[in-house]
Amino acid sequence: MKDKVVLEMKNIHKSFPGVRALQGVDFTLCEGEIHALMGENGAGKSTLIKVLTGVYGKDEGQIFIKGKEEAVSIKSPEEAQKAGISTVYQEITLCPNLTVAENMYIGRGSSVYQNWKKMNGAATKILQSLDIQADATQELASCSLAVQQMVAIARAVDMDCKVLILDEPTSSLDEQEVEKLFKLMRDLKARGVGIIFVTHFLDQVYEVCDKITVLRDGKLVGEYEIADLPRVKLVSKMLGKELHETTGEKKEHLTYEKKSGVVPVIETENLHSNTGIKPFDFNIYPGEVNGFTGLLGSGRSECVRAIFGADSVLGGTVKKNGKVVKISKPMDAMKNGIGYLPEDRKVDGIIGDLSVRENIIIALQVLRGFFRPFTKAEANKFADEYIKLLGIKTASANTPIKSLSGGNQQKCILARWLLTHPDYLILDEPTRGIDIGTKTEIQKLVLKLASEGMGITFISSEIDEMLGTCSRLIVMRDLNVVGELSGEELSQSMIMNTIAGGEK
Amino acid sequence: MQTKKSNYTSISEMLGKLVKQQIFIPVAALLLLAIFNLIADPGFYKISYGVNSAGSPVLSGYLMTILDYGSELAILAVGMTLVTASSGGQDISVGAAIAIAGSVMLKFICGMNTPVIIAFLAACVVSMFFGAFNGVLVAHFKIQPMVATLILYTAGRSIAAWINNNELPIVSDPKFAYLGGFIPGIPIPTPFFIAAAVVIISLLVLRFTNLGLYTQAVGINESSSRLNGLNPAFIKFITFVILGLCVAVVGLIKVSRLSTINYSVIAKDIEMDAILAVALGGNALGGGKFNLAASIIGAYVIQFLTTTLYKFNVQSDALPAYKAVVVIFLVVISAPVVRDYISSIGKKISHKEVA
Amino acid sequence: MSSSNQSKRKKITDSNLLLTITIVVFFLMYIGAILFQGKGFLKPQTFFNILNANAALLILSCGMSLVMITGGIDISVGGVTALVSMCCAVYLDFHDGNVLGAVAIALAIGLAFGIVQGFLVAYLDIQPFIVSLAGMFFARGMTTIVNTNPFNVANPEFVAMKDTRIVVPGMGSINKLGKYVNAYVEIGVIVAILVVIVLFIILKWTRLGRYFYAVGGNSQSALMLGINVKRTKFLSHLICSFLAGIGGFVYFMHVGSGAASHAMGAEMNAIASSIIGGTMLTGGVGNIIGTFFGVLSLSTIQNIVSSAGLDQAWWTGITIAAMLCLFLVVQSVVMTRKNKK
Repeated sequence: MKDKVVLEMKNIHKSFPGVRALQGVDFTLCEGEIHALMGENGAGKSTLIKVLTGVYGKDEGQIFIKGKEEAVSIKSPEEAQKAGISTVYQEITLCPNLTVAENMYIGRGSSVYQNWKKMNGAATKILQSLDIQADATQELASCSLAVQQMVAIARAVDMDCKVLILDEPTSSLDEQEVEKLFKLMRDLKARGVGIIFVTHFLDQVYEVCDKITVLRDGKLVGEYEIADLPRVKLVSKMLGKELHETTGEKKEHLTYEKKSGVVPVIETENLHSNTGIKPFDFNIYPGEVNGFTGLLGSGRSECVRAIFGADSVLGGTVKKNGKVVKISKPMDAMKNGIGYLPEDRKVDGIIGDLSVRENIIIALQVLRGFFRPFTKAEANKFADEYIKLLGIKTASANTPIKSLSGGNQQKCILARWLLTHPDYLILDEPTRGIDIGTKTEIQKLVLKLASEGMGITFISSEIDEMLGTCSRLIVMRDLNVVGELSGEELSQSMIMNTIAGGEK
Repeated sequence: MQTKKSNYTSISEMLGKLVKQQIFIPVAALLLLAIFNLIADPGFYKISYGVNSAGSPVLSGYLMTILDYGSELAILAVGMTLVTASSGGQDISVGAAIAIAGSVMLKFICGMNTPVIIAFLAACVVSMFFGAFNGVLVAHFKIQPMVATLILYTAGRSIAAWINNNELPIVSDPKFAYLGGFIPGIPIPTPFFIAAAVVIISLLVLRFTNLGLYTQAVGINESSSRLNGLNPAFIKFITFVILGLCVAVVGLIKVSRLSTINYSVIAKDIEMDAILAVALGGNALGGGKFNLAASIIGAYVIQFLTTTLYKFNVQSDALPAYKAVVVIFLVVISAPVVRDYISSIGKKISHKEVA
Repeated sequence: MSSSNQSKRKKITDSNLLLTITIVVFFLMYIGAILFQGKGFLKPQTFFNILNANAALLILSCGMSLVMITGGIDISVGGVTALVSMCCAVYLDFHDGNVLGAVAIALAIGLAFGIVQGFLVAYLDIQPFIVSLAGMFFARGMTTIVNTNPFNVANPEFVAMKDTRIVVPGMGSINKLGKYVNAYVEIGVIVAILVVIVLFIILKWTRLGRYFYAVGGNSQSALMLGINVKRTKFLSHLICSFLAGIGGFVYFMHVGSGAASHAMGAEMNAIASSIIGGTMLTGGVGNIIGTFFGVLSLSTIQNIVSSAGLDQAWWTGITIAAMLCLFLVVQSVVMTRKNKK
């Protein structure tokens, strides 16, 4: 048994400013094994993988690789490759300006001379054998995302690796491509390669994997044989809740009583933007909480971004309280009483070097106008009020927001929008990557705000959360609205079915 | 544990807080230079009272030179700080733009016999136009600021020469020279007052508008700023236009000093000094948070350095070599990589002490 | 077989598009020059004179393109050129040096700048523009410190080398006196052509060359693909400065003097040539052949400007800036269009 182990990680610790991403995680991978690494967003899967591939240095712990007696230290992806670890990342990590073949072969081997003919020949062969619709000499940028992802997989597979890491490789692939990938994985397994497979799709786990390791909040929950861990149990391990709790919640449906004569606070017709989403109709009433659901990349965020004017809107109308309004940029939306907490907190949300106070007041300040800045006293009053109200943990209002933990940063952004007293608030993944305590706080706050008459759209990858807050769900698939669920229909299985296509 | 610590940390904590203040860097540099000069030759600080060729009383001495020429730099530093904060890059065309502004002024004063104020306003308009040109390239076409301004850097002095057909008009009105020299009866150089006015105006603008908040927000996180209703492109554009205005003011002083212009020499290498002032002020050259007061002190420190070098008979053409060393030193110690490295060493040492 | 069929329907890449624009612009410009400026431009020697005068620029531009492809920039090359000229001149005339020693000095200066700047950019992660701006000022200042006054070099060995003319067979023309005059190029041109060839081979046919493109295209991805990004960036700056050393010597051979004002704005011309030649400022796209044509376009337009009677010095600056501006905007438009797709 022992000599079948190709990779062993022991007691891995890793912290980022404000976050303890990994706390004493162990992980073992054997030859010819497909091992699923599961956990919710923020559980530490990606961090663990990035530690293994040398993108991040570890704070503590040891990594052993077959064939080497002592613990290895992997300081860069280059060294990981040399140690026989090849990786396909969730986001595509190829160079768009190079050709397909180059992307498959660059950074490998040691010859000085670049043999185009040989390389293109070899690449063409692999592309054909994997049935990838791309030309070896084509520039990568001209390929579709799915093809790019397949090229990344082809590259990883072609390397003579002992360990193959697939970090959510299927999110941009369609069903057939996923099938191809699975066939490939089984072939590699037969050749004795150990595969670490990270995915959000439970079906896929049960289709190909042998073992499951579950992480939660940076800690190891356990390692299980696939047969010992039925689906429901896996979910409860990932969520950290006992089974009856999750099933209990499902029985209560949230409902929204529409009063007669009330017009939607926001209503859209045929709205579409340059991101490729199909024209969609949407409405929300005062005091209602609804949500967009669908897989990653299904267009949930794109829809709300179009409503907020964050992407360039190509057509369609938006009505506020029954009146047509023009929203072409975020400022228009803000003037119409819309607030938007963006999906990617780091990139679109926080303004890292500015203080908590400035981050809280900025939206209201911009609304008030360039020539009317708040006095320091006013700004402090607002900041202190919301720091108290939302229980933001910060040394002072002067602390730069980047030094706060993820959950507290998110609360600041929330405070920013609450301060503008919006009629309609969009929360795009407000709970991503933050601790469970804050998650429930945010959910409670959403319900409270709605009871006070605010219309809220809530988006989350975790269906549980959606069911706990929304009284109506709009289901999306492939940039298209494919269904709307409310009342009795609000159940995990119904949502899954609608996302998948509704046949089963 | 808490109580044990507090005893001896109070002093070091205070020191730590002081060091963390952004303004600490330029002030420390100033003190360092001051002490160096004090040891090398206390005569550096001599200020003498005399009468200049126009018959008015003037103060002179190295310190007055610093006050005089540092003021030009301080005015530029105001604009450069804003551009740096919003765009994360620097404008390297300011020297060439000063030449253009000066040339326009001379064209109006000598070519068209307009009053100085009209000429100055015309120069403001032209400078702001060129600022806007840089701004459009940076904000709309998304070209890196330093590369975009390279265009004007190359063409600027040629344009300046072209405006006056390569002639060197001379302003005969002696009053014009007051702006870059002394106003009769006041022994302190006029540029200092102009700089003071510019600084006061800019501080008022920062106090009574959101310019500061907006530029910093855009410089730190453009995407997030946009989602909060700001228009990042416009804010970047505006900072370049403001810098254009600063350039015109400096152009006025520069031309007034000579009552004429030398297209290839006027304000030569001043972009380097302006960037250096911003960096010395502890502002991140990559954009974001800024402290205007620190930049302005930084500007005077740079002039202090220049004057010190002159005093030690360094040729004006050789000055850049010394300043380049200072720049490299500054960017190296402020580089995140180096800071992380130093703090990791610091941690290791403190670990050992604990053990 | 199938792959050759497929490649025919391959879309035009950015790189090819920009290269095509450059070459077309050059030929249009040259034809325009022949049509409007008279037959001077028809003489092969006119063309060779452009090469003679711009051999150094060609070398500097090659280095610049390399750095820009890797996603950086180096504005110290003009300063390094001046410093090299001055140091070599001082060595030859004041220290009775020989030409070989002068060459060694030139290369050493280039290498020293490359190592320092490359280290600061690649390993300390400081913006290349700031680093090389400081490098430029340092080099200019040092030039004055080495020697203040400009002077012509009288060293006979060097003068002989400077005046060496290499005849280009079959390209001569008949002068006003009816005598057949051979067309010629200077040694510098041969060096420049060699540099172009070597760099072309490096960029196209070696793994290192492709690393430059990968790092410029997306340095984060390049890292994930197992490329040593820091070393690649370091090498790009090292090679660029080394070429500045060589270019400095070629410049020195052409002008035969040392002066602090030498090669003023050469960095600007090099950047302009690279950009006109289709190298993207954002990195990852570029081509040495394009750079070659970029240099030719730039110098041809300078020639046209001066032979059109617009002899004042300012026209050169303005035309180069205008061309640079035009091509920068074209690039920006290409990028935006691509992002929209």
